[in-house]
Amino acid sequence: MTDALENLRQTLSAKLGDTLRDARIDREELTVEITLEGFHAACLWLRDDPACRFDMLIDVCGVDYSEYGDGTWEGPRFAVVYHLLSLPHRQRIRLRIFADTELPIVPSVVDVWAAANWFERETFDLYGILFDGHPDLRRILTDYGFVGHPFRKDFPLVGTVEMRYDADQGRVIYEPTRTEERVIVPRIIRAEEGGRYNARNQ
Amino acid sequence: MPEINNFTMNFGPQHPSAHGVLRLVLELDGEVIERADPHIGLLHRATEKLAENKTYLQNLPYMDRLDYVSMMCNEHAYCLAVEKLLGLEVPRRAQYIRTLFDEITRVLNHLLWLGAYALDVGAMSVFLYCFREREDLMDVYEAVSGARMHAAYYRPGGVYRDLPAQMPQYVASPYRDAKRLDELNANRQGTVLDFIEDFTRRFPGYVDEYETLLTDNRIWKQRTVGIGVVGSERAVQLGFTGPMLRASGVAWDLRRTQPYAAYADLDFEIPVGSTGDCYDRYLVRVAEMRQSNHIIAQCVNWLRQNPGPVITDDFKVAAPPREEMKGSMEALIHHFKLFSEGMSVPAGEVYTAVEAPKGEFGIYMVSDGANKPYRMKIRAPGFSHLAAMDEMAKGHMIADVVAILSTMDIVFGEIDR
Repeated sequence: MTDALENLRQTLSAKLGDTLRDARIDREELTVEITLEGFHAACLWLRDDPACRFDMLIDVCGVDYSEYGDGTWEGPRFAVVYHLLSLPHRQRIRLRIFADTELPIVPSVVDVWAAANWFERETFDLYGILFDGHPDLRRILTDYGFVGHPFRKDFPLVGTVEMRYDADQGRVIYEPTRTEERVIVPRIIRAEEGGRYNARNQ
Repeated sequence: MPEINNFTMNFGPQHPSAHGVLRLVLELDGEVIERADPHIGLLHRATEKLAENKTYLQNLPYMDRLDYVSMMCNEHAYCLAVEKLLGLEVPRRAQYIRTLFDEITRVLNHLLWLGAYALDVGAMSVFLYCFREREDLMDVYEAVSGARMHAAYYRPGGVYRDLPAQMPQYVASPYRDAKRLDELNANRQGTVLDFIEDFTRRFPGYVDEYETLLTDNRIWKQRTVGIGVVGSERAVQLGFTGPMLRASGVAWDLRRTQPYAAYADLDFEIPVGSTGDCYDRYLVRVAEMRQSNHIIAQCVNWLRQNPGPVITDDFKVAAPPREEMKGSMEALIHHFKLFSEGMSVPAGEVYTAVEAPKGEFGIYMVSDGANKPYRMKIRAPGFSHLAAMDEMAKGHMIADVVAILSTMDIVFGEIDR
């Protein structure tokens, strides 16, 4: 398993060249970072090359790294992460591309894998990342007329609006939310013991 | 000649066969579907965002509420992700218990699917039969976790507790006499494993009953054969997984191809269809129920012979035993830290997937070393399936939309998340 992944990593490094920014194996999973410019061509190659044959797109999701490690993140804010599966080789791979922080646009892969359609719509909806070449980039999960991109780290957990039925107007109305956000368990990063808390060893 | 226009029709979100809260905008030419545009998100609860604000243990019960008819399979994917980040070994017995309950869950899910599908297509009685068997399995859920549906039984590091020694029994009530009570309790005299074993002996006969009602039924065939056909290449391209993919003729099952838990040691077959229509998907799922039953029987056998721990003894992940907490200071600290601050998980990212009844259910988890996930993405199988609705429904009649929708085994808890 690990040997096969290492072989794949070396094949990718040789074939993709400058397009490849980074390829590493961690916890028996291969993560590949690709430049924005060469991404679409690399996807086509990954799908069609006999050594790869990543014929199924399992998942696409956005990640907002702005608060990673309590603000120690220095790279671009938004990333799009793709999980691919090769049925003939029984292998998985993770692709990551970083998008521009101000205007995140990445190339769409709907023409490579038809499954990307809804996944890209979802990523656009939740993170505001635009997909260049997507045939129908509408919101998918949020309400009709929703404002903002809820999974960005600067979007409040309780949201911005709440909805209720107004008897006077005889219709449903939206108002600014009155719920206050409260944190019951604070977020803590423990540096010692590889990130795990340090009760004295028994 | 009168001019005939296409017209648009709303299907759902309150339609009983929309399986929850699907709003489907259908563009029709007479009675033929030109375009189907599913509007989803009416059940969107932002589980992934909530997960970023809860500790690893607090997130676990949210998993039950995703695909709420295959609860424990969702928990399994989540626990695998946390365990992989921690690099944790799970005791063998816990893996077998997980395998057992994954398969019980699969039977539960397929029973609900079969009942609901037959009901959508117009056969009432199958629904009643299916729910009769579901009741027994729900009792097993209740016996181990205390809840009939939202179990929260799997924990990172194993399962919450071992299988109870006594199967809960019905109690006397004014509504049933002593004779009826004895009948109900007849197979509940022993342990939970005895009860499950008794079920595995009865279940193949029940599946025969469903098949008698449906498999050669002329109306059933008219409604399902040749409806919503997806070829094997197209199914892969559309990201289908699970029975949807196998019915199209692709022998892909994570339990076999990328085994987890105890599946590598068990004997079972992967049913594969050929045409990829609704009827094949029905046959595949019914065959899967028989295979699941076979796996359950093997797990029961193994669990009888191999006692042992069911949760890891790493007290930084799972709480120490209650007796120990009464006497040991360390155990008390561990317990307190675990349920106040929660466990911290090393930085990194993993993707773990299980073969849930509906297909590949995956969790992509990014951790930055904190006590809460930094990002958790849930890969729901139904999401990809429903995305193909337009393609599958095009050219079919309105009544077939219901058949196609049902055959996907849609549950909105996981699609909207």
